[in-house]
Amino acid sequence: MTETQIKNFTLNFGPQHPAAHGVLRLVLELDGEIIDRADPHIGLLHRGTEKLIEYKSYLQAVPYFDRLDYVAPQNQEHAFALAVEKLAGIKAPPRAMYLRVLYAEIGRILNHILNITAYAMDVGAMTPMLWGFEHRELLMEFCERASGARLHMAYFRPGGVAADVPQKLLDDIAIWADDFPTFIDDLESLLTENRIFKQRTVNIGIVTPDEAVDWGFSGPNLRASGFAWDLRKSQPYDVYDKMDFDIPIGKNGDCYDRYLVRVYEMRESLKIIKQCVAQMPPGAVSVDDNKFTPPKRGEMKHSMEALIHHFKLYTEGYHVPAGSTYTVVEAPKGEFGVYLIADGSNKPYRCKIRAPGFAHLQALDMMSRGHMLADVVANIGSLDIVFGEIDR
Amino acid sequence: MADVDSIGDLLEYVTDRIGPALVDAKVKNGELTLRVERDRIVKVLALLRDDPNCHFKQLMDIAGVDFPERERRFDVVYNLLSLTGNMRVRVVVETDEETPVPSVAELYSAASWFEREAWDLFGIFFSNHPDLRRILTDYGFEGHPLRKDFPLTGYVEVRYDDEQKRVVYEPVKLTQEFRTFDFLSPWEGITRQLPGDEKATQDVPPAAPGPAKVAGS
Repeated sequence: MTETQIKNFTLNFGPQHPAAHGVLRLVLELDGEIIDRADPHIGLLHRGTEKLIEYKSYLQAVPYFDRLDYVAPQNQEHAFALAVEKLAGIKAPPRAMYLRVLYAEIGRILNHILNITAYAMDVGAMTPMLWGFEHRELLMEFCERASGARLHMAYFRPGGVAADVPQKLLDDIAIWADDFPTFIDDLESLLTENRIFKQRTVNIGIVTPDEAVDWGFSGPNLRASGFAWDLRKSQPYDVYDKMDFDIPIGKNGDCYDRYLVRVYEMRESLKIIKQCVAQMPPGAVSVDDNKFTPPKRGEMKHSMEALIHHFKLYTEGYHVPAGSTYTVVEAPKGEFGVYLIADGSNKPYRCKIRAPGFAHLQALDMMSRGHMLADVVANIGSLDIVFGEIDR
Repeated sequence: MADVDSIGDLLEYVTDRIGPALVDAKVKNGELTLRVERDRIVKVLALLRDDPNCHFKQLMDIAGVDFPERERRFDVVYNLLSLTGNMRVRVVVETDEETPVPSVAELYSAASWFEREAWDLFGIFFSNHPDLRRILTDYGFEGHPLRKDFPLTGYVEVRYDDEQKRVVYEPVKLTQEFRTFDFLSPWEGITRQLPGDEKATQDVPPAAPGPAKVAGS
């Protein structure tokens, strides 16, 4: 029998592939079924968000942040609101901070439900997806009741939140929060000890602690590699310093650990949600300064000054003093940062968005080398990739 | 060994260690910004990464910023994070359209894509970069869209042409003229001189009667 020479061949994965979690085009160099090189081609969802924000007033820039990571929109707004507040020297009132933390955690659960279940589907489990979407729907209902929008809330504004919430909504969130652990238990019963799931994820795509730091990992992916690092604890913002919760960390940094970290984070988020609802203080929900927050509708009916403030806020917007800041939040996917440069006008001079997924996807090549083709799918799923934020 | 546990200490410590490569260092809003010389960036970041008192092991972000009125128009901003010290530092270098910035991809693997992004969106060139391709824009894109002199609408638009059965590129056609609004009117109230105010400081003509004249005479 003659020896046949097998050449490496190149496989084009995506951009329209259900396991690519969006519009990822992967050029894979394969040696048989072993990955030699994975070259992600991104930018297919590039909308020029950063450029657009330079042409919009600070308030008009808020909804662009929803459209970055559209799986957990609130958390992006949070970073921008904090950045503007830092430069403008304003501070949201306590109730607004609690509401922001409450909704940020709802966003985290929204994100983790989608990621875990979509990831399970990538490696062959259909049911979690169907169950998960039911709970996402419930959560998005809470978003709708607070802001009017199921998905793109535009609720966190510099200086507070857009509107107050009724007590009934908080009560309903508390009822849901008591109920939700059952879903997590059910989800875990399908996946955590599932033989097929473990075969596909344990010891796949191991990221050592050194590699995780070198590649700029953050969030659950960094914690799965064994770092007890969470911006909510280490650099707390809003009222996270008053919350009692734990940070789950992984041991091996493989796909399975990244899954487990997310499951436990949902339980921790529930703790925060319950504390927020229980401790929710009364009071204003946005800073008491009509240079930043619009006056009340009723006030505008008889006060000329209120009318002028309203008009100026919605045409010109407010001016932010010159300066720059790199403000970060612990978004569900990792460290979401906004590097904001203000030049004293009503528009940001530059707004660089640091998306956690950008750094994570970059490491896909390192993670996938030497693995089988099917493991690439597991790796992508475990990294929690959403193209809205990577391509911006 | 000096004990570095606050931003102020860090500022003193790094000023001392970086030496002449440091152009400017300041703390504002609790954030430390170091401006360093472009050619020394690799050395400075290596120092910040490996020095036992700094330990900025993570490069979180590289951002380009365009200031077209400056002679060296671009800022390249490195945002570093120390997990052990729980501190951040921002390192800034300046460059222009031609001069390359030494790549730090050797030090931080994460830098590779961030530098590609800065190249793609600003046209900032990085020397010794392993793979400096465009990353976010379309295949075959021309220009660097985040430069201040690049129009918001861009130059080309795409559509699917049913006759040619493919996507075609065409010069951008705006159905409505691009609108920019000048909002730089005073917001705090009227600060410019009101018409007539100049009379208060001007020498009053001798013929005109007025309280100033009465007081002077």
